[in-house]
Amino acid sequence: METKQKEKIKKVAVGLNGHSHHAETEVRLAVQKTYKLYIDGKFPRTESGRYYKLNDKNGKVIANICRASRKDFRDAVVVARKAQGEWQKKSAFNRSQILYRIAETLETRRQQFVSTLGLQSVSDAAAQKEVSAAVDMLVYYAGWCDKYQQVFSCVNPVESSHFNFSFPEPTGVVSAIASQQLGLLNLVSLMAPALAGGNSIIILAAEKFPLTAIDFAEVLNASDVPGGVVNILTGFSNELHTHFSSHMDVNAIVYADNNSAALKTIQTNAASNVKRVVVVQHVAEESPYRIMELQEVKTTWHPVGI
Amino acid sequence: MAKRTVKQNTKLKFDTAWQYSAAPETPDHIVLADKYDLFINGKFVAPQSKKYFDTINPAKETRIASVAEASQADVDAAVKAARTAYDKVWSKMPARERGKYIYRIARIMQERARELAIIESLDGGKPIRESRDIDVPLAAAHFFYYAGWADKLDYALPGMAARPLGVAGQIIPWNFPILMAAWKIAPALACGNTVVLKPAETTPLTALKLAEIFRDADLPPGVVNIVTGAGATGASIVNHPGIDKVAFTGSTDVGKIIQKALAGTTKKYTLELGGKAANIIFEDAAIDQAIEGIVNGIFFNQGHVCCAGSRLFVQESVANEVVRKLKDRMETLIIGDPLDKNTDIGAINSREQLNKIKALVKVGVNEGGDCYQSSCTLPSKGFWFKPTIFTGVAQSSRIVQEEIFGPVLSIQTFRTVEEAVEKANNTPYGLSGGVWSDKGSKVFKVTSKIKAGVLWANTYNKFDPTSPFGGFKESGMGREGGMHGLSAYLK
Repeated sequence: METKQKEKIKKVAVGLNGHSHHAETEVRLAVQKTYKLYIDGKFPRTESGRYYKLNDKNGKVIANICRASRKDFRDAVVVARKAQGEWQKKSAFNRSQILYRIAETLETRRQQFVSTLGLQSVSDAAAQKEVSAAVDMLVYYAGWCDKYQQVFSCVNPVESSHFNFSFPEPTGVVSAIASQQLGLLNLVSLMAPALAGGNSIIILAAEKFPLTAIDFAEVLNASDVPGGVVNILTGFSNELHTHFSSHMDVNAIVYADNNSAALKTIQTNAASNVKRVVVVQHVAEESPYRIMELQEVKTTWHPVGI
Repeated sequence: MAKRTVKQNTKLKFDTAWQYSAAPETPDHIVLADKYDLFINGKFVAPQSKKYFDTINPAKETRIASVAEASQADVDAAVKAARTAYDKVWSKMPARERGKYIYRIARIMQERARELAIIESLDGGKPIRESRDIDVPLAAAHFFYYAGWADKLDYALPGMAARPLGVAGQIIPWNFPILMAAWKIAPALACGNTVVLKPAETTPLTALKLAEIFRDADLPPGVVNIVTGAGATGASIVNHPGIDKVAFTGSTDVGKIIQKALAGTTKKYTLELGGKAANIIFEDAAIDQAIEGIVNGIFFNQGHVCCAGSRLFVQESVANEVVRKLKDRMETLIIGDPLDKNTDIGAINSREQLNKIKALVKVGVNEGGDCYQSSCTLPSKGFWFKPTIFTGVAQSSRIVQEEIFGPVLSIQTFRTVEEAVEKANNTPYGLSGGVWSDKGSKVFKVTSKIKAGVLWANTYNKFDPTSPFGGFKESGMGREGGMHGLSAYLK
C-alpha cells in the first residue's frame, strides 16, 4: 500500500517532461515547460497556433510542439537579415569568444541535455557522447573565427600597379534544415560554421528532436548570441522546405537531411535568386571548408602610386 | 571654392584641336576558312546535324564564315571524347607534363596574338585597341598563369588532397570570346579535367582558332572539344549525363535556368552572371581621373561587360561638375570601325542586342529620365549605339534596375556615405563596384560595405589572371581567376 502510494507521487512529480528527478518524496506537481520557437532572441509560440504531439517511447505525450508556419519563417528571415549586418561587423575575436561561450554554457548544462535526449529515446551513453561532441565542435569553430580569413585570403600579384587582395565575406542569411539523425550535434553542425563566418541562420530542427532544439535555444540566449543571429523553428520539413528554399531574401540554404525528392525541390527553388545550396552529408564533419561554403570571396583593387 | 569655379568653366576640346587620320589594322594576313566544323577528339569534323549557321561582322553586316551547329549527337561525341581523354590520358599524365602543354598553348597564343585580335574585332565588333591590348594578351596570360598551378595544386586547397572533377561542360558569352574561353579552359586543364566548350553563336571564330592552337600544340585528342551552336547546344551540354561540372558565363536569366536544370543531379557548377554595378564618386575624388573611370566603366567594350559600372552615383556637391565633364569627355569618344586603332567604341555585337538596348533606352525616356547622347555620327551599315547617359532617374527606374549590357549609364546623386552604400546595394546583383575618393579610410569603408565580388578603388574594369572574379547574390557563384579559381575545378 505504502509502496503504491509512493509510486503515484513519483509519477506526478516527474511530470510529463520528466525534468524533476529529485522530488520523489514531495507531494507536488512538477512544472512543465511549454516548448516554443526561437526568433529574434525571443520565445514566441507559432503564429499559426498549430502544434504536433511529441510522444515518448511508450506513446505518452511529452509536449505539444510548435508546428511553425511559413509566416514564422518569414518573420525569422526579417530579423535574421537585420541581425546579420551587426554580427558580421563584430570583430572576429568577439565572434570567437561568443562561440566559445556557447560551448561553456552547453557544457554546464550537460545533464539537462542528456536527460532531454533521453526523453527523445537516445540512450544515456549516446547522449553523453553527443553532448561532448557538440561542445567540442563549438570550441573547434570558435577557434576558426579569426583564422579562416588568413588561410583563405591572399594578396594577388597583379601585373599592373595595384594593391589587390581577396578576402572571404559572409554570404548573408542562411536557412538550414537539420538532419533527423541526431538531436543536438545536428544543430551545432549547421550553426557553428555559419556563425563563425559571420552569417545569420534560421534552422528547422529535426521533427524527432524538438526538445533539445529549444533547450539549445535557451543556451544561445544565455551566451551573448545577439537576438536574430540564430533562429530555431520546430515543425515539418516536408511543409517548410519549399519556403526555406524559395524565400528571396535568403542567400544560401544548407540541407542536412537525406530525402532526395526534397533536395531536388530545394535545388530547383534555390535558382529563383541564385541561392547557394550546401548539402551536408556527415553531420559530425569538422572542416574550415564548411565555413567557406557560406562565404563569398571579395577582391579589391587599389592603385599604388602618388 | 574659387578654384572650383575656374575649373567648371574650362572645357576640354580635344575634338576640335586636332583630327585623327584613319588607322585601320589590316586584316589581309589573317587566314579564315569559309566554313568551320566542330573540334572533337582533336579533329575538325562535320556536324552530324549537317547544319551550319553564318557568323557575321556586326560593323558591316557582312558574312564572315559558316559555322557548324552541334546537335545532341555531336555533343554526345564531344563528351565521349572528353571522357576517354580524361580516363586514359589527361588524368594519368604527370601534373608537370600537363602544365607544360598549357604553357605551350599560352606561347602559341602570344605568337599569333595579332591574328587573334583582328579576328576577335571582326567577329565581335570590339575595338582593335581593346582586343589587341586586353582580350588577347590577358587570355594568353591566363593560360600561362594556370599552367604553373598544374603541379602545385596541393598548395591551393590547404588540408585537402585535391582531385579533378572529370569532364567540364563550359558555356561562354559573346562579349569577351577568347578571354572567356581562356578563363574557362585554363584552370580546368590545370586541375586535370577535360573540356567540352561552347562559344557564343555570334562570336565562335576565336574559339575555333584556339582549337587550331590546341591541335598545333599537340594537346592530346579529346582534352578540349569545341562545339559551336546556340542555346539548344548549350542545353545539350548542361543536361548531358556525362558531364561532371558546368561552368557558365552569361545572363542571370539563363544562369537561373541552368541552376534549375541541374537540380537533382550531382553535377557541380559555377555561374558568372549579370551585374548592375555602382560606380560611386565622392566629392573628394580626383574628378578628372574619376571621369576617365566612369568612361572606362560604362563604355569599355560598348558596355557589353557584366561588371560594367552602369549605375553612377555622384555626391551632390560635385554632381554638376561631373556630369558636365562627362558630357565633354563623351564628345571626344571615337565611334566607328572596330579595326581602326583610334576607335574607342566599336559595334554592338548583334542586331538582337542592339534592339534590346534601344528598347530599354526607350523605357528610360518614357519613365521620365533625361537622356543625353554624344553628337557623334554613326556608320550607315552595321549595329551601332551612341554613348548615352541618363540623369533624373530613380532607384525604381527600369534602366536603373535592369542590366542593359550596352553603352548606357544612369546617373543618380547622394549626400552621405550611408546613402551611397544603401543605394549601391539596392539591387539583386552583386558582381562589382567602383569607389572614387582621395581618402583611403573612406575607400576601404565603402568597399567593405558593398556586397559585390570585385571592387575597384580609384580605378575600374581592371583584370588579371591572378585576381579572382565572380559575384555575390544573383551575379553568380564561384570564382574565376587566381588561386580561388582553382576550387571550381577540384574536389
